[in-house]
Amino acid sequence: MNLEFSAEELAFRDEVRAFIKDNYPAHLRDIESRDQMRKEDFLTWHRILAKKGWVAPAWPVEYGGTGWTSTQRYIFAEENALAETTPLLPFGLHMVGPVIYTFGTPEQKERFLPRILSGDDWWCQGYSEPGAGSDLAGLRTTAVRKGDKYVLNGQKTWTTLAQHADWGFFLCRTDPDAKKQEGISFILVDMKSPGVTVRPIIMLDGGHEVNDVYLDNVEVPVENLVGKENQGWTCAKFLLAHERSGIAGVARSKRGVERLKDLARAELADDGGPLIRDDDFKKKIAELEIDLSALEYTELRVLANESAGKGPGVESSLLKIKGTEIQQRLTELAMEAVGNYTMPYFRSMGEGNEKGVGPDYARMTAPHYFNMRKTSIYGGSNEIQRNIIAKMVLGL
Amino acid sequence: MDFNFSDEQTMLRDSIAKFVAAEYDFDKRKAILASADGWSKKAWGTFAELGLMAAPLPEAYGGLGGGPVDTLVIMEEFGKGLVVEPWLQTVVLAGGAILHGGSEAQKQEHLGAIATGERIMTLAYAEPKGRYNLADLATTAKKDGAGYILNGHKAVVIGAPQADHFVVTARTAGGQRDARGVSVFVVAKAAKGVTTRDYVTVDGFRASEVYFENVSVGADALIGAADDGLPLVERVIDEGIAAVCAEAVGTFRLMHALTLEYARGRKQFGVPIGSFQVLQHRMVDMFMATEQSISMAYMATLKLGEDVRERAMAASAAKVQIGKAGRFIGQAAVQIHGGMGVTEEMRVGHYFKRATMIDAQFGNVDNHLRRFSNLSMPEAA
Repeated sequence: MNLEFSAEELAFRDEVRAFIKDNYPAHLRDIESRDQMRKEDFLTWHRILAKKGWVAPAWPVEYGGTGWTSTQRYIFAEENALAETTPLLPFGLHMVGPVIYTFGTPEQKERFLPRILSGDDWWCQGYSEPGAGSDLAGLRTTAVRKGDKYVLNGQKTWTTLAQHADWGFFLCRTDPDAKKQEGISFILVDMKSPGVTVRPIIMLDGGHEVNDVYLDNVEVPVENLVGKENQGWTCAKFLLAHERSGIAGVARSKRGVERLKDLARAELADDGGPLIRDDDFKKKIAELEIDLSALEYTELRVLANESAGKGPGVESSLLKIKGTEIQQRLTELAMEAVGNYTMPYFRSMGEGNEKGVGPDYARMTAPHYFNMRKTSIYGGSNEIQRNIIAKMVLGL
Repeated sequence: MDFNFSDEQTMLRDSIAKFVAAEYDFDKRKAILASADGWSKKAWGTFAELGLMAAPLPEAYGGLGGGPVDTLVIMEEFGKGLVVEPWLQTVVLAGGAILHGGSEAQKQEHLGAIATGERIMTLAYAEPKGRYNLADLATTAKKDGAGYILNGHKAVVIGAPQADHFVVTARTAGGQRDARGVSVFVVAKAAKGVTTRDYVTVDGFRASEVYFENVSVGADALIGAADDGLPLVERVIDEGIAAVCAEAVGTFRLMHALTLEYARGRKQFGVPIGSFQVLQHRMVDMFMATEQSISMAYMATLKLGEDVRERAMAASAAKVQIGKAGRFIGQAAVQIHGGMGVTEEMRVGHYFKRATMIDAQFGNVDNHLRRFSNLSMPEAA
């Protein structure tokens, strides 16, 4: 047992920290929320890291990975979070990329992987459907083979940032007679294909983050099938495991706790003293910080297991549940901290930043709270995660 | 002991429910919120015709002689309809301040106009740095001949964009947070030196920051006695608390009903999600939280006429219950609706927003827990 980083790991941390300090663009620091971001804002940091060769640490070296140990990858993620750099979009780097290098043909790897690394292709995820959420395998979008093409029909939903996407990876039913999980295929779709329609879904915070995607007789060349026909569920499950890694968001929540403390230092309690001296509020922050500490050390134990070659297991469900609960709690406390000024609504949609009323830090507290309710729903709801733990860990 | 509503109160409830169904459904409300003014003058006119402004006011001033229970009925139905017109601000807050503290002339001048719907008013009490402390006032009113000169900034004044008059708290003596030295004034929005910065709130109301710059008012603008206005403000805010607790109950009932309906209809894994025990128990907890909240909203309303300590403890206790239940019920309703619950497209999310903001209005759970404990457990027994 040893909690310390080695001298090499500390040197690596300093290198990462210095790189971020010297290269992270100042204009990205002013962005308050995701829907204020223009398309290029999402890609700026991605491209800088790509040039450095650091954009896909988890990928095998032959495809453009860094060859770092899992501890180095952890340090890299933590340094990014502490510096509050723009989170990289996961759809290419953490989702379809690993599926392609694991299950794809040499041609698919050559065609798609470099463009994921460079940020030239923006990917989106066609998984959920109106009737297939928690029960993903209940999906009904069809892909019917006609000669050298598949013809796709159906509706996908919750497709994050599809409004910017060049490509999408879609789960489609290719064998309507097979059992649920069988008969599904993993197909890559050019989003500019005729018959693809993207419709915005406006969220409770007023933002346009997700979309419905309609597929109406969309023709896709058969070479865009990844893996074998009717065996897409294997890719789907593989991808979901990757989606959950890093979902604990410990380092970003740590920054969140610090921000909450700053906020409590700036706000006044009812007695006119700083809110940070209010025992009730202090205790709530402290409890959250301790919860986060427990999650951090749980994540480190999981990481140590991975380093020992035991692979990510069902622990990721625990990390997802606790991680999202903490993220949500942070938004509750920020809202409580600012009192009356959580009520005014000033939304700037990327341009013409209208000055709000009250302190700047109060402005987005309620919209953030509303928005973050999604975290216990997406990526497999927290109820589904508990089912997984009950079944896979407890054997119930 | 009687928890029944009178025939008149039941009729009042039915008439509002009918109005909401016909004129204030999801799409119509959406259109009202999206309009330039963000509220419906037509709806306001209908409220007046239905007697909603007159209902809780005394007959002597054009009212129908009802009281807090009428307010409870109206606010619960407004909660179900997510009504954004400034009825609470006009009738309960500003109207209440004049009714309980005003002179005969002030009552004559304002209450009759409120009862007919021609006057819209609001209470400007919160300040940028005052949090929920009603006595924490940086706004000042300095004696100037027979009258006063007001200077200050009031924060998040809901209903201010629609209002033609403000009831304003200001310090006339003492230190910034002293209980003594608080005075209450009625000020026309048109008065020289009054400016507003109008905006929308996250739950769809219209509000303003209200600024007073050397606003000159006559002696007749003072409501009640100079320096001694805090008890009046506390009383009016407690009445506001009882009213928003009733409104919250309306949102809770709807969130619970919508969630049950969704859980019965939504199928995953070949069965309605309502058949999953883990969700059943959550919906049972929502039911219990709703019932407990109904009880507390009644209790707070029925104790508004008790002595100050009783009234304040009841209001704070109800606000704590409502704040906690609102968070639990809202989060559970959204969670059980899944992704749809987090969109603008489903009704449930709009109730969730309002229920969340009710906790931030008139003091949140922490604030009222502290007020309740201080009243319940004074250091000397």
